[in-house]
Amino acid sequence: MIESLTPLLASAVALAMPLILAALGELVVERSGVLNLGLEGMMLLGALASFVAVSHGGGLAPAALAAMLAGAAAALCFGFVTLTLQANQVAAGLSLTILGAGVSAFLGRQYVGFRAPASFEELPIPLLSKIPLIGPALFTMNLLAYLTLVLLAATAWFLYRTRAGLALRSIGESPVVARSLGLRVNRVRYAAVAFGGAMAGLAGCYYAVAQFKMWQEGLTSGNGWIALALVVFATWRPLRVAIGALLFGGVSAFGLYLQAIGVHVSTFALASLPYLATVLVLVIISSDQNMIRRHAPASLGKPFHDDS
Amino acid sequence: MRGLRLVPRAQPSRAMLFIAPLLAVLLTLIVGLGVFAWLGQNPLRAFRVFFIDPVSDMSGFSELLLKASPLCLIALGLAIGFRASIWNIGAEGQMYMGGIFATGLAIRFHDHGGAWLLPAMVVAGALGGMFWASITAALRAQFHANEILVSLMLTYVADLVVKYLVFGPWQDPQGNNFPITVQFSDDALFPLFASWGWGAFEGTRLNASVFLTVAAIPLAWLFMERSFLGFQLQVTGLAPGAARYAGFPEKRMIWLALLISGAAAGLAGVSEVAGPIGQLNDRWQPLYGFTAIIVAALGRMHAVGIVLASLLMALLYLGGEAVQITLQLPKALSQVFQGLLLMFLLGCDVLVNYRIARRVAA
Amino acid sequence: MKTWKSKLLTLAAGLGLAASAGTGGAEPLNMAWVYVGPPGDGGWTFAHDLGRKAVEAKLGDKVKTSFVENVPEGADAERVIRDLAAKGNKVIFTTSFGYMEQTLKVAKTFPKVEFYHATGFKSSPNVTIYNSRMYEPAYLAGIIAGHVSKKGVLGFVASFPIPEVVRNINAFTMGARSVNPKITTKVVWISTWFDPSKERQAAETLIGQGADVLLQNTDSSAVLQTAQDKGVNAFGWDSDMTAYAPKAHLASCIEIWGGYYTKVAEAALAGKPLKTTVWGGIKDGMNDLVSVSASVPDAAKKAVAAKKAEIASGKFAVFTGPILGQDGKPIVPAGKSLTDQEIDSIKWYVEGVEGQLPK
Repeated sequence: MIESLTPLLASAVALAMPLILAALGELVVERSGVLNLGLEGMMLLGALASFVAVSHGGGLAPAALAAMLAGAAAALCFGFVTLTLQANQVAAGLSLTILGAGVSAFLGRQYVGFRAPASFEELPIPLLSKIPLIGPALFTMNLLAYLTLVLLAATAWFLYRTRAGLALRSIGESPVVARSLGLRVNRVRYAAVAFGGAMAGLAGCYYAVAQFKMWQEGLTSGNGWIALALVVFATWRPLRVAIGALLFGGVSAFGLYLQAIGVHVSTFALASLPYLATVLVLVIISSDQNMIRRHAPASLGKPFHDDS
Repeated sequence: MRGLRLVPRAQPSRAMLFIAPLLAVLLTLIVGLGVFAWLGQNPLRAFRVFFIDPVSDMSGFSELLLKASPLCLIALGLAIGFRASIWNIGAEGQMYMGGIFATGLAIRFHDHGGAWLLPAMVVAGALGGMFWASITAALRAQFHANEILVSLMLTYVADLVVKYLVFGPWQDPQGNNFPITVQFSDDALFPLFASWGWGAFEGTRLNASVFLTVAAIPLAWLFMERSFLGFQLQVTGLAPGAARYAGFPEKRMIWLALLISGAAAGLAGVSEVAGPIGQLNDRWQPLYGFTAIIVAALGRMHAVGIVLASLLMALLYLGGEAVQITLQLPKALSQVFQGLLLMFLLGCDVLVNYRIARRVAA
Repeated sequence: MKTWKSKLLTLAAGLGLAASAGTGGAEPLNMAWVYVGPPGDGGWTFAHDLGRKAVEAKLGDKVKTSFVENVPEGADAERVIRDLAAKGNKVIFTTSFGYMEQTLKVAKTFPKVEFYHATGFKSSPNVTIYNSRMYEPAYLAGIIAGHVSKKGVLGFVASFPIPEVVRNINAFTMGARSVNPKITTKVVWISTWFDPSKERQAAETLIGQGADVLLQNTDSSAVLQTAQDKGVNAFGWDSDMTAYAPKAHLASCIEIWGGYYTKVAEAALAGKPLKTTVWGGIKDGMNDLVSVSASVPDAAKKAVAAKKAEIASGKFAVFTGPILGQDGKPIVPAGKSLTDQEIDSIKWYVEGVEGQLPK
């Protein structure tokens, strides 16, 4: 039993990690009241930036940094259009996706066809990686994955245990009230957007330099959209992002496992399981009236003119 | 930005409604000038190929209309919902389901159809889209499940349903075991304008499905601007507290918004499968459901704006193809320009409601 | 960056030259390719683009080639193909199955243009079908797998249950069983042609189920890289993937289109365009198993070389009986071979493949 479950869990975790990175960033952005649908574009830009960095002899740290800068830069363009110029956030985010995909495909043309000269390799943690079941899954990952776990804790701590986090959340609920309390709404939102971009870029770096060690157009193949969905699924709470990502990765792995052991169910039905599972769990969470009603940050997506 | 700030206008500027998009085009042109010069291309020629050539003849113009039609249709439906802050991101999946329902009829009555088949398929298409959207509506209305997530996830599922059908029960028995259905019979296809002897459209693909969109435009406008339901939806979006206070039933708003956009998406679906494609297959992924979101936003959620925005969006597609074919520019580059133009358009729109003023030193 | 920039300049200049026609000598033949992906995908489209470049290299000024990439296989494709025909291209290659109906439609209105459609099954007076018998290199890969696999379990990461993929699975298994009659193949369908995350998960699943040699029909190197991460072996597909995972890589199955494209061009230049269906294999130089790794045992290398020679000389056809079905009963009796039509529409597994074909 453990023998079968171990590779499943490891596979689920491997799929989940970059999703968590991107989703955490977007979570902070949405908590401040901004909806940035441009995740896929920022991830692709980050992926290319990191691959370019290692291709020209840079190490892993410069690659991660390059990815974060690329993602943040793209996000700031989006920020300018939506926060200062008050454009519709949904449309701006989608445009960012198109722009990011186009720019990365255009600039990345000569980086196709070879393996990343440097990459994040597996770093098993001594002793812990030998624990049955969770050892190979959680303690035999690469450096970026461990960093993801750290960032997960840090984000939760920031949002719920710091004044700055409280300020950010209150801006997301009501920028008008926050403004009247003297908070610099746009400044905080810009910072959040930049953070979201950096995280998305880092997720892209995960794909290009850790997991797939290559660059190709559309490398992230839709994972940005899954990350977006995960933020909503998690009802905007960091720990639930991790749970959602694991659920998605796990159900996906399980469907493939069923195929491999010969269960005769339509492969298309199995392929739809992760999406259906996500919806089902969300419905269960959302319908529970006993829990504190989890709603989207009240100002999510709405333009706010901050003339402070 | 130091020294400048945005001051709200007392009234939206009518002049800026027209100047802002032109300004955006100008900005894109300037950036393009730089990029094309760097590539060693004549920028003016590139812009002519991109913007003018695709619509310079009747064939190109009808392709523009053919492409803009489903975008406009879906965007009209989406705008109605977006105004109520009901974010239907799954129009693409609802479109697939509309195509599926219509295909079901087309296959079933392939050999004994009649003049009634196509109208039945149109109804079926709308029903299909509504059916798929109703799942999102039910989960949102009953369980408060966020419609962004549900509708997006259901899009993936709808795509897999298409694949299941064309690889399985609906596969063309003469199709070499390839994932395609039979080619629709003539009764199940939208008639081409050319087939009616309309000389101007000789050789073009423009078909009668365009009438669905043409009919939808005034209907959408009337609904949004003149109907009480439309008003209720708008208030629900702008001031949910006020809407509740006024007794506008939230659940009804949700159902209304999703069913309308679902129906529109479904109609776009039947327009495609019973139009230029003529069958259902596993390659059908036009992404109209997502592009229509941009169209709705660019069109400022108004019927007329959406019509113009859908034409512009279609032109961006055609232009991107044209520069590839004629100038051998990489597709990624036209994608870059599309993204840039969209960002500039969205950004320049600020000038409609705000003006730029100097920051007065304190 | 410099190379394609100067290429663009050359093309632009060349287009200008072609436009100002008649500077002595014949007009160059305008040929266009419609790609479903980008030339930089390192896979399917990359191989076609190499073929296009081979035509340019061989025929120089006599041809003028161009391409359109990332053309979706829906309503847009018809417009693109029509535009290419209307703009003076005399030979047009549409390189994916999903362009079939569109190619046929456009061909009707451009009877003087020759269309060549890859992997389709419908032809017309000016639409010719061409394809590559990729099941031949897949069979050879199977031979290597048979020698290399220690656990006797192979894995196949498959996209969609179309006949093309099914026959590759079958050929892979048959090749392996010619070495080890007890070998089995597990198949996982991921319902996409390109999705590195899913490809990786599929590979992990297969490896978790005991597979130690993997083959794929999907477009990225994720499967190969996963194999290396987990210490098993795999093959490259569509392009030489040695660079991505040198330790795990055994060999690569690639398509070679240059020869065929050049033949088409030369025939068109001579005024006698090719109009017969071409389904070429190793014999015609339209595909190959390349970059056989040094780590492959000598016995395997010899067996592959011998079989390749037999295929090339026509002595051996992969789908010649006796071929047993999954239940052990013969589907193709000894001495008989499947016809091309039967191979093109194959929808059953051979013995050794586990699981059932998705309906």
